Amino acid sequence: MNILQPIGRVFLGFLRTTGRLSLFTGGVFAHAVRPPFYPRIILRQMIDIGYFSLPVVGLTAIFAGMVLALQSYTGFARFSAEGAIANVVVISITRELGPVLAGLMVAGRIGASLAAEIGTMRVTEQIDALTTLSTNPMKYLVAPRLIAGLVMFPCLVLIADVIGVFGGYLVAVYKLGFNPSIYLQNTYDFLQAEDVNSGLVKAAVFGGIVTLMGCYHGYHSQGGAQGVGRATTNAVVSASILILCFDYILTALFFTQ
Amino acid sequence: MADDTPKIRMRDLHKSFGTKQVLRGLDLDVGVGESVVVIGGSGTGKSVMLKCVLGLMRPEQGSVEIDGQEVLTMAADEREEVNRHMGMLFQGGALFDSLPVWENVAFGLLAQKRVGRPEAKEIAVSKLAQVGLGPEVGDLFPAELSGGMQKRVGLARAIAADPDIIFFDEPTTGLDPIMADVINDLIVKTTREVGASALSITHDMASARKIANRIAMLYEGRIIWQGPVADIDHAGNEYVDQFIHGRAEGPIKMAVRA
Repeated sequence: MNILQPIGRVFLGFLRTTGRLSLFTGGVFAHAVRPPFYPRIILRQMIDIGYFSLPVVGLTAIFAGMVLALQSYTGFARFSAEGAIANVVVISITRELGPVLAGLMVAGRIGASLAAEIGTMRVTEQIDALTTLSTNPMKYLVAPRLIAGLVMFPCLVLIADVIGVFGGYLVAVYKLGFNPSIYLQNTYDFLQAEDVNSGLVKAAVFGGIVTLMGCYHGYHSQGGAQGVGRATTNAVVSASILILCFDYILTALFFTQ
Repeated sequence: MADDTPKIRMRDLHKSFGTKQVLRGLDLDVGVGESVVVIGGSGTGKSVMLKCVLGLMRPEQGSVEIDGQEVLTMAADEREEVNRHMGMLFQGGALFDSLPVWENVAFGLLAQKRVGRPEAKEIAVSKLAQVGLGPEVGDLFPAELSGGMQKRVGLARAIAADPDIIFFDEPTTGLDPIMADVINDLIVKTTREVGASALSITHDMASARKIANRIAMLYEGRIIWQGPVADIDHAGNEYVDQFIHGRAEGPIKMAVRA
């Protein structure tokens, strides 16, 4: 039995996927900046990705903020540093939890739906029909979704930041007995523009990852309903892993000297 | 350009998938205003041939000319321009689920920004009327239509831009015999009305006899016989004879394993 054969096959498969994904990404960005544009589709996607994701992102953010305040209190009370809760909550939410949790939640919602929609279009020949109608599928299907993801993710994360901080405020004030104005003053004093900006840049990158993974796996799905199901799973799993990888890379870029 | 230049000319087309050779040197012409039907069993390469002409698939070898122009080596935007003069009726309809019927029909016109939305809707309604559907169908979604109605909408979409060439992929598959005949009549009528050349693939002989001027038989990736539709019953080719009579016995052996 040759043990190198399966290893080589997996490695070649990885290289092939990486190459195809790179070409796909380059192609989509090239189409996204060149006319014709499809403003109606971009708007529809922005509503789908942004507006309809608000409940899930809002709920995630408020509970994350509340848990963070509670956990920080129980930990910091051991060495009488309860006053730092406001700082911990706002920095954790804006730099890390806001973009990552929103990214992961929307990856599940939007990544899956994009892969299923485009995958179904692939297996029912709707993508071929676009080509025969002189419409480039990358430009008509993928580029508007990428643009919508790049624009709406930062908006979602900005809202998640506000809701997350508000969750921390609710627990600190109504459960732990903090003074509301001092808590808000602490939050405001320790928050820096860099904290919010880094989170928004992460959000835009995560938006690109989620939409690209959803579209890529849907676009290349094959084999009927089973293929579409596989594409959906692959889109969510690969987007989630890439979000965590790029979170580390971007954090290292922003915050290490 | 000489007058006898065919609308479509395919020469020595080869296409493989892995070790399986599907097209093995296919040659076929479709004349101006002519309706050619390619018949053949499942897996003989009919759909692959159509996809090669439409630019959905790239053959490894050979040439495809449309109006004397080689299309395989064209840039993407040139190819899009060529496709603007084509219409295609897909086997499953391939209607866009997210759009109402009228937007499906007028999709090509809207995407190319050739007309505004109100005018596009008017054109869509008139094309729907050509295939026997009322204006109220225009506001429905594809999922609300029966299989036969979906085929009609697909046909309306194929003729919406008054194309020079229309392709039909198994136009009667999955339809009852009466609806299949209705679709065949519509294909003949609409193709004549727009004055287009037509290339169809099917294994439904009733459909082939009705819509074809000329029939070509594809077997193992090559055209093994072609001639006027009137000659099909005395083609003098045992493969054709077996196929049109649907006999299990004969030179064509059906693969029972892939």
